[in-house]
Amino acid sequence: MSTIKLTVNGKAVSAEVEDRTLLVHLLRENLNLTGTHVGCDTSQCGACVVHIDGRAVKSCTVLAGQAAGSSVTTIEGISKGDELHPMQAAFRDNHGLQCGYCTPGMIMSAIDIVQRHGGKLDEATVRQELEGNICRCTGYHNIVKSVLDAAGRMKVAQAAE
Amino acid sequence: MYETTYHRPSSVDEAAKLFAQGSEAKYLAGGHTLIPVMKQRLASPSDVIDLGKLKELIGIEASGDTLTIKAATTYYDIMQSADVKKAIPAIAHLTSMLGDPAVRHRGTIGGSIANNDPAADFPAALVSLGATVKTNKRTIAADDFFKGLFTTALEDGEIITAVSFPVPAKAGYAKMRHPASRFALTGVFVTKTKAGDVRVAATGASQNGVMRVPAIEAALKANWSAGALDSVKISDSGLLADIHGSAAYRANLIKVMAQRAVTAAG
Repeated sequence: MSTIKLTVNGKAVSAEVEDRTLLVHLLRENLNLTGTHVGCDTSQCGACVVHIDGRAVKSCTVLAGQAAGSSVTTIEGISKGDELHPMQAAFRDNHGLQCGYCTPGMIMSAIDIVQRHGGKLDEATVRQELEGNICRCTGYHNIVKSVLDAAGRMKVAQAAE
Repeated sequence: MYETTYHRPSSVDEAAKLFAQGSEAKYLAGGHTLIPVMKQRLASPSDVIDLGKLKELIGIEASGDTLTIKAATTYYDIMQSADVKKAIPAIAHLTSMLGDPAVRHRGTIGGSIANNDPAADFPAALVSLGATVKTNKRTIAADDFFKGLFTTALEDGEIITAVSFPVPAKAGYAKMRHPASRFALTGVFVTKTKAGDVRVAATGASQNGVMRVPAIEAALKANWSAGALDSVKISDSGLLADIHGSAAYRANLIKVMAQRAVTAAG
C-alpha cells in the first residue's frame, strides 16, 4: 500500500491504494469520480481518457503511482459550475452522443485535440485524431461535428478572456 | 494484475540499485506495453521501477551530424520536436503514425526498443539509420542490439539512456498500419547515408523481428528510386504469417512499403 498524493480537478487529494492500482480505479473507486469509464481495459477504446498535466492519456494504462505529484483533470472537472465546457455544450447541441458510454473519453480527447491544433482543425484531422476513441453508436458523424463546432466556440471563449 | 511494489527513483543510478534489490524487477517508462501485459497476468514483476520522470532521460539534442533522443522522451515530444523535424523528418513521421494521440503522450523510444516487439516501428529506424544505443553501462550499435523476438542485447538491469542517430542524406518510412493495433503489418525504413551507403530495415515482417533487406539495399544503391525496386523479388522464407497476412503478402509489402518510403524520402 502507498499513499498517493496528486491534484485532481484542481483539488489536492490523497488516497491509500495498493501499488498495482490503476489511475482509473483510483479516480472511480477512491475518489468516486465515476464519469471516467473503463471500456476495453486494453488501451484501445479511449473511454478512460483523462488529462495528466494537460495531456490526454488512457487512465486504464497508468498506475496510480505514476500520476503521483501530477495534476489530473477528469470529465467532472471541466465545467464552470453549472456552465458546461464548450465541448460538452457542442456535444449536446450536435447530438454527439447516444448511449453516452464513450462520451467522457471523447470529450477529454477532443479538448486535447483542440488545444493542440488551435483553430486550424478540419474534418479529416478530427477524424484522424479521434482514432484512439471508439464509439459504437453514433458512426462518429455527429461527434466530429461537435468537435469542429466546439473548436470554434473555444476559440471565441479564449479570445474573450 | 498481481501485486507489485512501485518505485520512483530520482536517478538512473538509484533505479539500477533498486532493480538489483528486487527479486524480479522490471523497468517502466510509458508503461503502454508493460501495464497491459501485467493486466493479462503474463508479467508479474516483484518491483516496478519508474524511469518515466527521470529528467536525465528526457530530451532531444541535435548537434552537427548527430540527433540524440534520450530514452524516456515521449513519442509526442519526438514528433513535435523542431530538431527532429529538421535533422531526420522521417523519424517525426514514423512517430506520428505510432499508436494514437493518447498513447503517443505516454510511450517512449526507450520503452519501444527495450521491448523489441517484432512489429514495432522504432527498431526499423534504428537499424536503417545505423543508430547507437547508449545505456548506463556502454554503447551498442543498433545492428547488435536487436536479437530477435522481444529480445535485445541488454543485460539484466541495464538501462537505455539515449539513442543517437547519424543524420542521413535521405531517409523515409512507410508502413501498412494494422487498423486496430496500429502496429506495422509491415513497415520499411530506407536510409541513404551521407557516405552514400544504403541501409533498409523492415519491421512487422520477419519471424525474428526487425531485419535488413539486402536485395532492396543493392537495388537502391544502384539507383535511388521507387522504380528501381519494380523487378526486385523478396523471398517469403522466414516471414511472419498470421490471420492478418500471409508470408507472401508480407514479402510483397516489404517491396511496396520500400517504394513508398523512397518516394517519401525524395
